[in-house]
Amino acid sequence: MTAVATAPTSTTAPASAGDTSYPAVERAAIDASARWPVLFFFGNGLLWLMLATVLGLIASIELYSPSFLAGIPFLSYGRIWPAFTNTMSFGWGSLAGLGVTIWLLARLGRVRVKFPGVLVTGAVFWQVGLTYGIIGILLGKTTGLEGLEIPTGSAVLMLIGYLLIAVWALLLFSFRSQSTPFISVWYLVAALFWFPWSFAVAHAARVLPNVSGVVQNLVAAWASQNFLSIWLTSIGLAAAYYLIPKVINRPVHSYNLAAIGFWSFIIFTGMTGAVRLSGGPIPAWVVTLSIASSIILLVQIVTVTANLVLTMRGQYHMVYHSPTIRFTFFGAIAFTVASVIGLLASLRSVDSIVHFTQFQNGQSQLVIYSFFSMVIFGAIYYILPRLVGCEWLSSSMISLHFWGSAYGGGLLAIALLLSGLVTGSALSAPDTEVHFNTAMDLSSYFILGRIAGWIMLAIGHLIFGLHFLLMLLRIGQPGGEPTLFAPMGEQEKVLH
Amino acid sequence: MNRTTYLLAGIVGSFALSTFALVLVPQAQLGSLQPQFTDDEGKITDIYPIENRGIVEAGRAVYISEGCVYCHSQQVRDEQNGSDLERGWGVRRTVARDYMFDSPPLLGSSRIGPDLANVGSAKWRNEPADENPQYKPAKRDAAWQLLHLYKPNVIVRDSKMPSYSYLFAKHKITGQRSVDALNVLTEPGYEIVPKPEAKALVGYLLTLDKSHALKEVKTATPEVAAK
Repeated sequence: MTAVATAPTSTTAPASAGDTSYPAVERAAIDASARWPVLFFFGNGLLWLMLATVLGLIASIELYSPSFLAGIPFLSYGRIWPAFTNTMSFGWGSLAGLGVTIWLLARLGRVRVKFPGVLVTGAVFWQVGLTYGIIGILLGKTTGLEGLEIPTGSAVLMLIGYLLIAVWALLLFSFRSQSTPFISVWYLVAALFWFPWSFAVAHAARVLPNVSGVVQNLVAAWASQNFLSIWLTSIGLAAAYYLIPKVINRPVHSYNLAAIGFWSFIIFTGMTGAVRLSGGPIPAWVVTLSIASSIILLVQIVTVTANLVLTMRGQYHMVYHSPTIRFTFFGAIAFTVASVIGLLASLRSVDSIVHFTQFQNGQSQLVIYSFFSMVIFGAIYYILPRLVGCEWLSSSMISLHFWGSAYGGGLLAIALLLSGLVTGSALSAPDTEVHFNTAMDLSSYFILGRIAGWIMLAIGHLIFGLHFLLMLLRIGQPGGEPTLFAPMGEQEKVLH
Repeated sequence: MNRTTYLLAGIVGSFALSTFALVLVPQAQLGSLQPQFTDDEGKITDIYPIENRGIVEAGRAVYISEGCVYCHSQQVRDEQNGSDLERGWGVRRTVARDYMFDSPPLLGSSRIGPDLANVGSAKWRNEPADENPQYKPAKRDAAWQLLHLYKPNVIVRDSKMPSYSYLFAKHKITGQRSVDALNVLTEPGYEIVPKPEAKALVGYLLTLDKSHALKEVKTATPEVAAK
C-alpha cells in the first residue's frame, strides 16, 4: 500500500488545474470538439431531472394522503418510488455526471474529442435501456431488489451504452498530452472503472443460479452504496476540485492532502455497503467491516473538506459574486455534512434507532442532491457558456434556481432526517408502549415539509431548464465576461 | 512504474478488495446453506425452510410487482439492534437460512408500515382483541387481509397504506353471492371479489412465518403481543 500511496504525493506535481498552461485558442478548439456530446448529456440529464421532480413530488403527496391517485396501478407509491430513485440516479445523476466527466477529461488532458458520435450513441443506448426499465417498473416488472430494480434486459442495454461512453472517455485519458494527471482526473478515472464493475457484478449476482438468498441483498446494498458513494461522489469531487481553484484562480491548497483523501476514499468506500443491512440476516462480521471502513473514511472527509476550504480561504466573497462558486461551494459543504451524517448513522447505537426510518433517505438525498447535483449545477454554469459561445442571460434566474435548489433540497433532507429521528426514537422507546401507527403519525408534518421542499425544487428546476433552453438557442449575454450575481470591484476583478 | 500505472493499479486493487470482502467471501460462507432437517431415530420429521411453490411464488411476484417492499420490511433484528423483538414482531431474529429459497429475499429497508416477517404466524393470525381494537383486530386471517388490501382505512384508522382496489373486481350478483365476496357495502346487487392476484398475495402473506426454531439462533421464550 505504501507503494500505491506514494504515487501521486510528489510535491513537484501540479496542484492547479493544468489547462491554463496552454493557449486559449486550443482550449476553444477542445470545447468545440466536446460541444455536441456534452450538450446532449446535459440536456437529456435535465429532462430526466424534470421527470424525477414530478415523480418525487407525487411520491411525497401519496405518503401524506394515501388516497391521492389511489386505484391507478402504475401511479401507486410502490411503483412511483422506485421509478423516482432510478430516474434520479441513472437518468439525471449519471448523464449529467458523464457530461461533466467528458468535458473535464478533454480539458485537463489537453485532448480533443474525436468521433463524438460514439458518445452520443452510448447515451442513446443508455437512455433506451433506462426508459424501458422505468416503464417496466411502473408496469410492475421489477427485480424486487432495492437499488437494482431495473430488469436485466434493460440493464444490459444501459451497460452497453455505458461501455461505449466509458471507453471513449478513457481514450481521452490515455491520449492526453498533459502527462501528470490532475486530482480531478484520479477521481474521474476511478469512477469510470467502478460503475460498470459494480453494476455488472450486482446484476450478475441476481441472475446466477447459485447466488441465492441474502447474498443478493448484500450485493445490491454494495452496488447501491458504490453508486452513491463512489460513482456520483467521485464525479462531484472531481468537479469541485477543478472548479473551485479555477474560478478563485489559485492552486489547490495541498496536493498531499488531496492524495491522502483520494487513496483512503478509493480503498475503504467500497467496503462500506453492508451498513445498509446493519442488524439484518447477514453475517455480523460483514457489517462490522463496513462500520470500521466508514469510520476510517473520516480521513477522507477531513482532508477533502480542509483542502477545499483552505483553497477558498480569503476568497469567500466569490460565493457572493460567482454562480459557479456559489453552487459548487454549497455542494462541497454538503459533501462534508452528508459524509459526517453517514458516518454517525453507520454506528450501531445510532443505526438501531434510525434503521428502517426515512433517515437513510435523508442522507442519500444530501449526497445525491445537496452535494452532487449542486456541484453539477455549478459545473454546468461554468461549462455551458464555453460550449455555446454566450453567457447566461439573467443573474436573477440563476439566483432563483439557487434559492429553489439550495433551500428546497435542504428542506427535503432536513424533513427526512428529522422524521427519521423522531419516528425512530418513538419506536425504540424502552417500554415499547408507543404503537407503531402512533409513531408513524408523528411523521405527518415532516411529510408536509417534504412536499414543500419538492415544490421549491420544482420551481428551481423549471427556471434552470428554461435558462438552459435559452442558452441552447444562444439567447444570452455576449461572451467574454461571466454572468455574476453582483459586479466585482476593480481589485477583485484583477484577482479573478 | 509511472504515476498512471500506480493510479490504475490502485483503482483495480481497491475494487478487487471490495468485491472479495463484500461479495465473494459472503457467497462462500452462505452459498452452501442447506435447510435444517430434524430427525427422530433416522426418520425426518421436519424440514425448514422449504421452497416457494404455487401460490407462494405467485403471491411473492405480486408483492414484488406492487412494490410492497418499499414500505414493509421482512426482517427481525435482535435486541442489540432495535426494538423488533420487544414489539413482538417475531420470537427470534431472522437469519440467512430463513431466506435461502427466496430470489431475491424481500428484506426491505424502510418501515412506513409494520414488519411482515411473521404476519402469517399463528400468533399474528389469531391474536386476541385487546384494549385497542382500532389498531388490533381479532384475527388477521385471509378475510381480514383481503379487506385490508381493498380498503386499509376501514380496518386501521388513519392507515398510511393506499387502497389496492385494482386487485379486486366488482361483479353483478347473479344467483348466489360468490364465496370470495368481501364483506363490504357496495352498490346494491353488486359484490366485490378478489382477483387472482389479490388471492395469491394474501395466500403468500399468510405463509410468512419466521418463528420456526433454528439451531443457529436463540428463540425468545416470553410471548409478547404484537404491536
